[in-house]
Amino acid sequence: MSVQEKVRIPAQRTPKKKVALSEGKKQERKLGWLLCAPAAIVMVAVTAYPIIYSVWLSLQRYDLKFPEDREFIGLTNYVTVLSNNYWWTAFGVTALITVISVTVELILGMGLALIMHKTLVGRGLVRTSALIPYGIVTVVAAFSWRYAWTPGTGYLANLVSPDGAPLTERASALAIIIFAEIWKTTPFMALLLMAGLALVPDDLLKAASMDGASWWQRFTKVMLPVMKPAILVALLFRTLDAFRIFDNIYVLSAGANETSSVSMIAYNNLMKGLNLGIGSTMSVLIFLTVAIIAFIFVKLFGTAAPGSDDGERR
Amino acid sequence: MAATTTSDKVKWGLLDAIVVVFALVPVLWIVSLSFKTTPTLTDGNFIPRDWTWDNYKLIFQTDQFVRALINSIGIALISTLIAVLLGTMAAYAISRLDFPGKKALVGVSLLIAMFPQVSLVSPLFNIERNTGLFDTWPGLILPYITFALPLAIYTLSAFFKQIPWDLEKAAKMDGASQGEAFRKVIAPLAAPGVFTTAILVFIFCWNDFLFAISLTSTERSRTVPVALSFFTGASQFEDPTGAISAAAVVITIPIILFVLFFQRRIVAGLTSGAVKG
Repeated sequence: MSVQEKVRIPAQRTPKKKVALSEGKKQERKLGWLLCAPAAIVMVAVTAYPIIYSVWLSLQRYDLKFPEDREFIGLTNYVTVLSNNYWWTAFGVTALITVISVTVELILGMGLALIMHKTLVGRGLVRTSALIPYGIVTVVAAFSWRYAWTPGTGYLANLVSPDGAPLTERASALAIIIFAEIWKTTPFMALLLMAGLALVPDDLLKAASMDGASWWQRFTKVMLPVMKPAILVALLFRTLDAFRIFDNIYVLSAGANETSSVSMIAYNNLMKGLNLGIGSTMSVLIFLTVAIIAFIFVKLFGTAAPGSDDGERR
Repeated sequence: MAATTTSDKVKWGLLDAIVVVFALVPVLWIVSLSFKTTPTLTDGNFIPRDWTWDNYKLIFQTDQFVRALINSIGIALISTLIAVLLGTMAAYAISRLDFPGKKALVGVSLLIAMFPQVSLVSPLFNIERNTGLFDTWPGLILPYITFALPLAIYTLSAFFKQIPWDLEKAAKMDGASQGEAFRKVIAPLAAPGVFTTAILVFIFCWNDFLFAISLTSTERSRTVPVALSFFTGASQFEDPTGAISAAAVVITIPIILFVLFFQRRIVAGLTSGAVKG
């Protein structure tokens, strides 16, 4: 792509500049592209190319156990996956985990954000402790929960259900997976919300308070509207992140008893089934689902979406 | 008046305590397991009755763990270094320069931050098998850099926008050269942001499980989170709980240190990107 092609776009918007781009301005553009190029190239090369390749693979019968049977079969893989119960069970499980964990995280996260923002004592201590679930390796936390719920070994298993094995039953295993997910990611949600909380002007709260607004009224009428962008960013990021859930399930239940997420079955198809065609089909379907979720968020909330005004600064 | 303050303090103190306990219990539990002796491992006690270092001695004697630890540290450090370098360049351009395509770059980073990583597992697996990158350090470093870059770019641009760049001009007017102005004025101001970003990126790479388990197959490049899930114990019949716990504690230590020493920076880093974006 030549430099001139790129220059034309803004030039059309502001015709005044079209004639004389000063030497300094040209230099600035060149430098800007030069500095951004490595990051842009890496990001696009490692994501865009494989996802396109994945679409191509998904249109083929391609089982690594029978590589000579490789052939182009159109949309057959999609029909196979979409008419399969495993896929829809995993899809349902993923959706359930996403909806419940993100809802609970939003409520707990708001509480934690208020505590971290307002507490009169031990602010540093609370913030430090809250960062531990955020920073800890997910697999480590998952093992901690797994051993806590293993009969005999674990303090929680012995306490809550002395004569059952909660991780081997579907409902309780899912509950534990969701709980582990909530524990790990509530602090992240809280930090994003705290950023929004910091934008609420104290004067406004004081004024509302003097006008006789109750705490709840101040929260819903003053704080929430100001925090709306932060809440949306937090919700968007956490929803898409929860939809990718893998580590917790892998360690806690290994996907047994129909507790697999879509990531889990895509992985299993590749690693245990060695079926690249079906695995890629699932990859593409997950990608499309995430794209749709993101699209709905952005459409619903318009300009409140992150990044929408970032580029316009300066 | 004094009474309300005290009761307020008690109320907040209580809430604080709940948060601290909630956050720490799982960590203390895995620490406790790692210090239990084999016979007491399954007694279900939260605090060990018998303390021992055996689990730690055991894992540091195995190649399986030591290699994985070296892989984890090496891969995370190299990825962090490259991601922060590329991120700094891009963030500098985004926050200081005016050029078309800036918005597109910010948009692309945002898309990648939301990208479902599992979608890349199948194609990357095949691409890396064909190019010889499978089960090597670069094979993991590449996807780590890619997914760390959006985080780095967002956090760094937020930091860079707060730097008073006019100081650079002022320094030059006072007779400093371009190099000096950058070294003595701008670099010290930018360093904290770059450092904070490095911590966040390192935590991200250190944490990954999905890529590490899909794109490696031997000790050559397997990282600790993956090695953990393959631990079997000294013999086939031995329960690996103690060893897994000890290894889990070892890879949690850097995280605890970061959080203890750089709490303020990490909070600032995570919150700045979110609001400014």
